[in-house]
Amino acid sequence: MTANSRYRSRAPRSDDGEEKDYVGFATLPNQVHRKSVKKGFDFTLMVAGESGLGKSTLVNSLFLTDLHKDRKLLNAEERISQTVEIMKHTVDIEEKGVKLKLTIVDTPGFGDAVNNTECWRAVTDYIDQQFEHYFRDESGLNRKNIQDNRVHCCLYFIPPFGHGLRPVDIEFMKALQDKVNVVPLIAKADCLTPSEIKKLKERLREEIDKYGIKIYQFPDCDSDEDEEFKRQDKELKESTPFAVIGSNTVVEARGQRVRGRLYPWGIVEVENPAHCDFVKLRTILIRTHMHDLKDITSDCHYENYRAQCIQTMTSSPDFPSIQLANIMHGALFKLL
Amino acid sequence: MATFLNEVWRTRSYSNQDICPKINASSKQRPRRVRPLSLAGHVGFDSLPDQLVNKSICQGFCFNILCIGETGIGKSTLMDTLFNTNFENFESSHFEPQVKLRAQTYDLQESNVRLRLTVVNTVGFGDQMNKQESYQPVVDYIDRQFESYLQEELKIKRSLHNYHDSRVHACLYFISPSGHSLKSLDLVTMKKLDSKVNIIPVIAKADTISKSELHKFKIKIMSELVSNGVQIYQFPLDDETVAKVNTTMNGHLPFAVVGSTEEVSVGNKMVKARQYPWGVVQVENENHCDFVKLREMLICVNMEDLREQTHTRHYELYRRCKLEEMGFKDTGPESKPVSLQQTYEAKRQEFLVELQKREDEMRQMFVQRVKEKESELKEAERELQSRFEQLKRLHADEKAALEEKKRLLDEDQSSFSKRRAAAQLLQAQSLTANGKKDKDRKK
Repeated sequence: MTANSRYRSRAPRSDDGEEKDYVGFATLPNQVHRKSVKKGFDFTLMVAGESGLGKSTLVNSLFLTDLHKDRKLLNAEERISQTVEIMKHTVDIEEKGVKLKLTIVDTPGFGDAVNNTECWRAVTDYIDQQFEHYFRDESGLNRKNIQDNRVHCCLYFIPPFGHGLRPVDIEFMKALQDKVNVVPLIAKADCLTPSEIKKLKERLREEIDKYGIKIYQFPDCDSDEDEEFKRQDKELKESTPFAVIGSNTVVEARGQRVRGRLYPWGIVEVENPAHCDFVKLRTILIRTHMHDLKDITSDCHYENYRAQCIQTMTSSPDFPSIQLANIMHGALFKLL
Repeated sequence: MATFLNEVWRTRSYSNQDICPKINASSKQRPRRVRPLSLAGHVGFDSLPDQLVNKSICQGFCFNILCIGETGIGKSTLMDTLFNTNFENFESSHFEPQVKLRAQTYDLQESNVRLRLTVVNTVGFGDQMNKQESYQPVVDYIDRQFESYLQEELKIKRSLHNYHDSRVHACLYFISPSGHSLKSLDLVTMKKLDSKVNIIPVIAKADTISKSELHKFKIKIMSELVSNGVQIYQFPLDDETVAKVNTTMNGHLPFAVVGSTEEVSVGNKMVKARQYPWGVVQVENENHCDFVKLREMLICVNMEDLREQTHTRHYELYRRCKLEEMGFKDTGPESKPVSLQQTYEAKRQEFLVELQKREDEMRQMFVQRVKEKESELKEAERELQSRFEQLKRLHADEKAALEEKKRLLDEDQSSFSKRRAAAQLLQAQSLTANGKKDKDRKK
């Protein structure tokens, strides 16, 4: 087939001859959809924050499963000089034929010890390790089954009991801002009244600006979207950081069974937008921006890491030639 | 707070012991059987407690609370809610480099009872990255108050009845409502404080924990405290009138509290509460939180006991440790009781002897130094003298030499002048002789 003939399509047989100009690449999105469903998706989510802020509960609420069946919580005396660990849970979940390999990276021990200097180092080391792994795989010779274990998003839980960011929060977010998409959340938001939530959010946004912390920014919607969508998008952006509540239990409220927390003075519904921003978080994280998070991780954070890595390698005196060959190989493939 | 009076009426305040110390001392040393006597009529000393109460009311009471907790956990709001007033508070920042304490004193009055309340808050507790030294400023503050009381007690001219007691009577430790267990910082801090102050742990912002979680949380906290040997304040059970309610309350520790100064209308009343989209948390509703229990236990029932415990247990421990450090003991080397006076005298003697010894030493040293210096100077003088002699000799030698030279020169000069005179004479003679010859020739 010559180039010309490839583009000249076979018009579907019709009597009225209307589809004469139909080329057919409008079906591309369907093809992409089909292929991606077949391939399946993967997503790595990291949760970080002090013990007792409801991280595991929130993850369970987001993905509607119980990921932490038997976990051991340490006593206070054991946590005095505890170091930060990294724990991974990988699960396969499926919805309407779409498969998702979800990995949740937990950071038990973060901020728990009495001396928390450089407690974020274990976390940054882990993220760098995943980048390095991917870098090696990418520059390898056999690239059929590259596993993408890079961390796509990090949910950072800020306690609602204080007046704003604390030194440990600032240090952690600044250490991670160039390596992963940081999404700060206000944890256990059921201890704040609506006016208190508003004040805290403003405070946090101010402090994030003041200290120059680069958190994940939602991409602006296109100008040709309809007004409703634009309004929703604007509302979403103005309610960051999200104030979330999680729950492991299902309660009866207003005649329905919902995920919520039962108190003597009322029932907090997790999925009620008037009670907390859980729905907004879920929409952003899963329903609309999951792929954007992955894209930014691979286009921005990973590329930065890769460039830095190559620079340090080429500038060091003992530079093995094999590695150079690998890099050139990888670079060539990218160009092609 | 009017029930405060009943409390005073009931417990023996420590001022009582000061009134009759001699009797106590003698009864300790020589126990003898005191026979009870029955009265034939009404004497009237059953008004003693009333007299005590009247005196106390005139004096006024004082109470000092220390609140320890992370920034923003609700310490100031709880104090406002407890005492139903508005202490001037300002928001602290999270970026204090070290833990500090801020003490404010207020004068409150309820019916005819005056209370001087001091509220001490921690500033910046739990905010630093490295919290290993966070407990130290708190311990130092408590010790400082004990120290100033001890100083006053040991003064020669003292005025204890006028003294403003600043010792911390109760410490409210605010636990963060994580729902799992205590934080490591909580454990470390409480261990350092349990022998110095009455610790009453409270769970702050308890409207974020549901009932079932709260039950598990309380059990976990108490078991952690017990297994680590932390002694928190137990409400006293020795007085029958309050033993029952105290026992029940001891079982509810730590109290889960919610504080609020805002009022919300519930039914047809305005109550202190927090308004949420899903309901209203009423501060004084026992079903919602343990605020009422805390208020009753802390203020209405046990305030006087807290003060007594501070004085008889914590302060005495501090005093004993401090005095032992200084070298005072209660029993001498043969296990004979030694009074403070004797020990003090002995110490004074020791000190004076030491002082004398040092003085002597210094004097000796001074004398020796003087001697040394003297000999040094003498030596220098001798040296100087010898040099002077030497120079003088040199000078004399040179002078002699020069004199010799001069003599020789003079001799030369005189011989030269003689020769010149002779030469001139000769020349003059030869000239005249030549002149004569010429004259002769001419003729």
